[in-house]
Amino acid sequence: MSSRLFVFILPVVVIAIFWAMARRESKLAHDPTHKSFFERNGTSLGIVFILLVAFWALFLVTLPYLYMVVESFHPKLPPAQRGGPTDVLTIAQYKSFFVNPIDNEVNGTHIYAFVFSILASVAVTALNFAICYPIAYYMAQAGTAQKVRLLMLGLIVPYWVNEILRAFALRLLLASKGLINQMLMGIGLTETPIDFLGNNTGLYVGLSYAYLLVMVFPLYNAIESLDKNQIEAARDLGAPWWKIHRDVVMPYAKPGIASGCTMVFMLSAGSLAAPQFLGGPSTLWFTSIVYDFFFQSFNWPRGAAYAFILLAACIAFVMLMLRLFKVSLGETIR
Amino acid sequence: MSAGVELDHVTVRFGHFTAVDNATLDIKGGEFFSFLGPSGCGKTTILRTVSGFLDPSEGSVRIGGQDMSGIGPNKRPTALIFQNLALFPLMTVADNITYGLRVRGVSRAERDRKAQELLDLIALPDQGKKLVSELSGGQNQRVAIARALAVQPKVLLLDEPLSALDLKLRQHMRNELRAIQKQVGITFIYITHDQGEALTMSDRIAVMSDGVIQQVADGKTVYDNPDTPFVASFVGENNPFIGKVSKADATGAVIETPFGPLRGRNPKNLKSGDKAILFVRPESFALGKGAPDATLTAETISSAFEGNATHVFLKGAAVKNITMTVGRHGGAKIPGPGDKATISYDPAMGVVLAEGKMARE
Repeated sequence: MSSRLFVFILPVVVIAIFWAMARRESKLAHDPTHKSFFERNGTSLGIVFILLVAFWALFLVTLPYLYMVVESFHPKLPPAQRGGPTDVLTIAQYKSFFVNPIDNEVNGTHIYAFVFSILASVAVTALNFAICYPIAYYMAQAGTAQKVRLLMLGLIVPYWVNEILRAFALRLLLASKGLINQMLMGIGLTETPIDFLGNNTGLYVGLSYAYLLVMVFPLYNAIESLDKNQIEAARDLGAPWWKIHRDVVMPYAKPGIASGCTMVFMLSAGSLAAPQFLGGPSTLWFTSIVYDFFFQSFNWPRGAAYAFILLAACIAFVMLMLRLFKVSLGETIR
Repeated sequence: MSAGVELDHVTVRFGHFTAVDNATLDIKGGEFFSFLGPSGCGKTTILRTVSGFLDPSEGSVRIGGQDMSGIGPNKRPTALIFQNLALFPLMTVADNITYGLRVRGVSRAERDRKAQELLDLIALPDQGKKLVSELSGGQNQRVAIARALAVQPKVLLLDEPLSALDLKLRQHMRNELRAIQKQVGITFIYITHDQGEALTMSDRIAVMSDGVIQQVADGKTVYDNPDTPFVASFVGENNPFIGKVSKADATGAVIETPFGPLRGRNPKNLKSGDKAILFVRPESFALGKGAPDATLTAETISSAFEGNATHVFLKGAAVKNITMTVGRHGGAKIPGPGDKATISYDPAMGVVLAEGKMARE
């Protein structure tokens, strides 16, 4: 009970602290030309603004997350017992990820799914980068304006179709009696249909395709501002094309590469539709486990704990990668 | 060490637009050669064709006697200095300079040695570890030259590299470029729209207009003996007098102008009745009467004192005014606005050319 109340008090306390700091700041460094928020907007309009922003920031963003954090530190109880003597703070939900509470054995299934999801997301990110870098480079530097517009249209229009429909379409293509297998068997490349879905080809293809734009546009933005003369200068000095990319284009586009890779990794690790529709029968994606805790077994505390484990791991991984990135950036400069 | 560059009937087209029209040239090894012309005249296109970024639509480029068709810019014995320099912002000065060696697989130690040698050449011995953003415009200019020289090109191509610098620095860099060229002894091909740069630095100049090479000669010849009205009007100040040739003899030609008959040399052997333009340089005029067919009277509009000389502007026959430059030493009285002034010139300093396109002001 007290901890759930605490969640609602915490943002209020933070807001109060910030308000006090702002008051102190305005007293210490008084600028007579500076108009306060209410002087600029009028009292009534100012109050409306503040209430709207506060409602959005608190009730729609902050509190749901905080509530989930608190929930993840509670046991799963029937509604009648919530707030009762058994409703205590516990790390049992986090522990259950490592040790299965039913048989007290190591929770191999979930740990495996977790590691697999992370590694598969890394693979998807790498695959996506390999596909998107040439596209982005072509759009930003090589292509004529007209062709670039066509290509962009071709990239964007399929995304008007919703994600689940797209995943199903891919499933139809990749199924054992699907178009691709029929073609392969038709031209005699294979006798029996290849199980694209079972061997996770479908999963990788689906995830890469789902986040294509998320990778293309940061890369495009970064490469687009590169002076063409830089590329020509490197070429003129004798660099073959791949050294131009290694030494000139990629170091320049590093911020874009980092942002594209981070987003694709985060989104794949947290994706739900593509793994569910395109993953093999033995493939267990970590977010599917989280989903099942929430909607199958109605175990919100454990689902929340799993979700935060995934979030924390992903953030740590991305931070680590960015660190490594910076080091290599330093070496390029030196 | 150095190699000559031959353009053999080179034509470059972009769609229906002809950027370079049938250019034939023979640039000698070790020469400082400039292409001079207004923007859009095709001089940069020629440079990009020589460096290999563009293929000629017709004709061929030979460097050191070897046909360059099908050879990319990274395989040609040329190095290009870009208008905006295009130094690599994420690399140090030394890494910029030795980038061409790095892609050729030269060892780190050898690269360091070469970087120091080139930094000494461009008089920036201690700046190797800095980023290019930490250097001044003039210093970056020199880094770009060193980067190009590092790959030991036989031909160095320069695309208006001084245009971004301020006047003083530009004049200083002219001397420096010339000195570096003398020192390394390779062929320099220099692109500019600034006639001062072309005249001071070059062994020879090709003046271009609308994709056509108008004249190839040394600076003095281009200035004193222009081949076409375009060259006469683009290189230096010039006063055109348009008319018809009324008399052509051994010493020159006389053309009928609104100012009466005026005489000049006749290098193109124009005949009586030909439409022609007489060009007289502002500094060729003097106040006072001269030979009857080399004297004219016009109304003074204004004058501008410029320290070492005074420019006097007289009302011309057409839109353009007549400009004359009066030196300091004569002590001549400068006519005031509205005064009728009688001016004359040495007929040997006027040149009569067949009517043709002139440079836009």
